[in-house]
Amino acid sequence: MSLTQMTTNSESNPSEPRSTVRALDVPLPSAPVTTGPAMADLPPSPVRQFLSSRGSGKIADQAFAGLMLTCALSIFAIVIFIATILVLRSKLSLHAFGFKFFTSQAWDPVSGDFGALPFIYGTLATSFLALLMAVPLALGVAVFLTELCPKMLRAPISFLTELLAAIPSVVYGLWAVFVLVPMMRDSLGPFLVKTLGWTGFFEGANFGVGLLTASIILAIMILPIISSLTRDIMNAVPNSQREAVLALGATRWEMIRVGVLRNSRIGIVGAVMLGLGRALGETMAVTMVIGNHAEINKSLFAPGYTLASVIANEFSEATGDVYLSALIEIGLALFLVTIVVNTIARLLVWAVTRGAPARVA
Amino acid sequence: MGSDARRSGEGGITMSTKPVTPVPPMREPTNFNTKRMKLDQLRRSFVNNLVSGLAILSTVVVIAPLLMILGYLIYKGASSLNFAFFTQIPKPVGEDGGGMANSIVGSGVILSLASLMGIPVGIAAGVYLAEFGRGKMLANAVRFTADVLNGVPSIVMGIAIYSLIVMQQKHFSAFAGGVALAIMMVPTITRTTEEMLMTVPHAIREAALGLGVPKWRTAISVSLRTASPGIITGCMLAFARVAGETAPLLFTAFGNQFWSLSLTQPIAALPLQIYIYATGPYDEWHRLAWAGSLVLIMLIMVSVTLVRIFANRGVLKGGS
Repeated sequence: MSLTQMTTNSESNPSEPRSTVRALDVPLPSAPVTTGPAMADLPPSPVRQFLSSRGSGKIADQAFAGLMLTCALSIFAIVIFIATILVLRSKLSLHAFGFKFFTSQAWDPVSGDFGALPFIYGTLATSFLALLMAVPLALGVAVFLTELCPKMLRAPISFLTELLAAIPSVVYGLWAVFVLVPMMRDSLGPFLVKTLGWTGFFEGANFGVGLLTASIILAIMILPIISSLTRDIMNAVPNSQREAVLALGATRWEMIRVGVLRNSRIGIVGAVMLGLGRALGETMAVTMVIGNHAEINKSLFAPGYTLASVIANEFSEATGDVYLSALIEIGLALFLVTIVVNTIARLLVWAVTRGAPARVA
Repeated sequence: MGSDARRSGEGGITMSTKPVTPVPPMREPTNFNTKRMKLDQLRRSFVNNLVSGLAILSTVVVIAPLLMILGYLIYKGASSLNFAFFTQIPKPVGEDGGGMANSIVGSGVILSLASLMGIPVGIAAGVYLAEFGRGKMLANAVRFTADVLNGVPSIVMGIAIYSLIVMQQKHFSAFAGGVALAIMMVPTITRTTEEMLMTVPHAIREAALGLGVPKWRTAISVSLRTASPGIITGCMLAFARVAGETAPLLFTAFGNQFWSLSLTQPIAALPLQIYIYATGPYDEWHRLAWAGSLVLIMLIMVSVTLVRIFANRGVLKGGS
């Protein structure tokens, strides 16, 4: 198709009088004058001839644009396809349990009774605890990197924190199993019982694995995401804001609080939400240290289960169609929740970094 | 000490601006010397130092686990790495020795498959966003979907591909694993490609178009070429991210204790093998898991660091 286009182009060009073509293409006559009169009188330039022999033309352009568009649309297709296939495959359990699936505590593959509440609890508890630990630290890192850090240290430290993001989940899990779990069992756990035992969150036998250990490893894993996004958002605050507050006689912290944090709070909430999205869906490291026991327990030492880890653990050995479709329904729930969380997060981050520079609130 | 001082003053900045209002000359600020003002100053500088200290402390606390993980990994991994690790396949349970040669090759197969499928689509979608779709609603929607897709948990990707490919074919396969990873690569590559193309100055494109170069040719030979260091960076980062993924491979590539290069058979992968060994009960397995992690992380770190150097040297600065 494009071949015919090519030939017509290369033939039509020389046949036309040169001047009319130029008059059509370039309305301003002053532009080519700089190159001298010798250039203007040349026959169709070799460059143009060469290029038009290489597929200049509307059809080629449209074909290319179409191809790019198809690839772009494939992203839509992927999301829609994931959603439909999950709905289709979980139909059995959707029909059998309905909404009760999310409020029932039963998880009994033998009798075929399934409810996702223990996993929802585990996911929410670990994610919430992880955020509780990670957010203040991430904010501290971001404040340090944008406001306090000497220029020389800035690049290496942000590089190091980003390295944290590059470590695969399974390696975190491995480290957690062999370092964090013994630490939890022998030193950190007993310490928590002694100091915070009265709260009732640290009761029962402490085997090292459990909700708290999973939360700690999750916190380490989502830290780099939150801190690097927060850093970017704080960097987007114009310097005039900082200077204005400093000029009023504020200390550096007051400048950060009034000039920077207050301006970027929406974006920070967005960054935290993105971290939450990551935490909700994190699988491997959590599966390796959470203990994998479908039960709701107030104690943070108790083994738990999350939505993602029950899929990872039981999917390949699920027997029976209802069991399998119950697991896929859990996947569907996870998919929808992360999409909602991510959508909100992206909107918030975009509101800050994409729009006009931060303004006085 | 801090709480005493805190009780004495009220607002921070509002206090210091108040005395400026009266007309009389510069004598007025003398009340900076009142005891209350001094205490307030003390409190403010104390809070300032406290928060600065906390920020530094939190940075240390964040860097510490990283160094601990890396240090422990190198210590454990290096002591269990040997030649056999790279040349042998896993030995049966109970026998010492053996290696992960099949997993390393298997990871290579899956990752090349994923790159082959994911990178062209990702770059093309990025080209659409930057070159053809600027300001269009559709482009915004695609951009947004890509961001959202980026956040979909990898395990969900795994079961989706399982439902689509593995259930149809009735067996696990390297191909299914490759597709799962490819889908995870696409959104990352799309977004970085778009962002890199945005940094290409318009003047360069206009120069090409002004010479009569067709638009598609401009996109390929001018925009993409100018932005190529950044785009390669994006691809490498997506590759590094996907290289360590385990969850999507659990039900697609599945793992294999033996040599297999066939795309239609279950295939071993480094992260999968690490997971199996780490959760197993044998010391020998744990040793191999550490060695495998070290190799995996080296692979990722080397590519990320290379990318950094590459990006710092090559990428267009500024623009527009």
